Amino acid sequence: MFITLNGEPYELDEPLTVADLLTKLAIDPRRVAVEHNLTILKRPLFADTLVHEGDRIEIVNFVGGG
Amino acid sequence: MTDTPFVIAGRTFRSRLIVGTGKYSSHAVMAQAHAASGADMVTVAVRRVNISDRSRESLLDYIDTSRIFILPNTAGCYTADEAIRTAHLGREAGLSNWVKLEVIGDERTLFPDNEALVEATRVLVRDGFVVLPYTNDDPVVCRKLEDAGASAVMPLAAPIGSGLGVQNANNIRIIREFSLVPMIVDAGVGTASDAALAMELGADGVLMNTAIAGAQEPVAMAEAMKHAVIAGRLACLAGRIPRKMYATASSPIEGMVGR
Repeated sequence: MFITLNGEPYELDEPLTVADLLTKLAIDPRRVAVEHNLTILKRPLFADTLVHEGDRIEIVNFVGGG
Repeated sequence: MTDTPFVIAGRTFRSRLIVGTGKYSSHAVMAQAHAASGADMVTVAVRRVNISDRSRESLLDYIDTSRIFILPNTAGCYTADEAIRTAHLGREAGLSNWVKLEVIGDERTLFPDNEALVEATRVLVRDGFVVLPYTNDDPVVCRKLEDAGASAVMPLAAPIGSGLGVQNANNIRIIREFSLVPMIVDAGVGTASDAALAMELGADGVLMNTAIAGAQEPVAMAEAMKHAVIAGRLACLAGRIPRKMYATASSPIEGMVGR
């Protein structure tokens, strides 16, 4: 199945939770914000939210800027 | 001479200098520059995580968050909706409800879109944010932002990254006179005297990135900016002498030898 991850197609073997997706991507959940189908997910919901085929996920963090 | 504390939305800052985190040659140099600047608030951008390259270190590993307050920004946003969305993501990624709000209206000048900026300010204040909008040096727009609930107004000295210094000193003074909230001169500073001038004109603080990060010696420039902001603030409080067309002697005219 494919999802859209940060604007790009991304293949997953099966539906998984946002927490598992972050683990798979080696991303520290405390350092990012996640949007699931245009809705911001509160961090405690990462473990309970399933990512399905066709879902749109945005993962953002802080970078240098002015 | 004792100064009043620098307070924004009930939070007191030790330094009136606010700095950015962009364009540094390395995170290590940035951290040294931050320390040299004495700033206790730094602004950061909110961007997509690089999925394909996870090797890069996190910016936050190089910011001492026990000492430095993080101000997420909406740099690069061109609509109110985009800026509002980015502000919400920044709030979720960070630890506070503060945002440096940018809604850009023009790519070449990076001047703000005033209408969208006021609208986004209104929405974000309603959503519980402490909003610090980057704006034109326009007293009328600043008043509208304040009416919309902005916790400070942040007029530009000159275009972002231009290093031109304060282009319209009179407007900066008028904005200071009009505003009930702190006025932070944000963007366009090139060197220490520009920061000092902004403070002499009455700014409560100065925010800069490129002037430090782009200097040949960023750490030295950060220190220069620290002193400039302190000097400019003191000069503002001390009250400068009026400008006069002709000289006024400093030494007495009486008692000259041979007269």
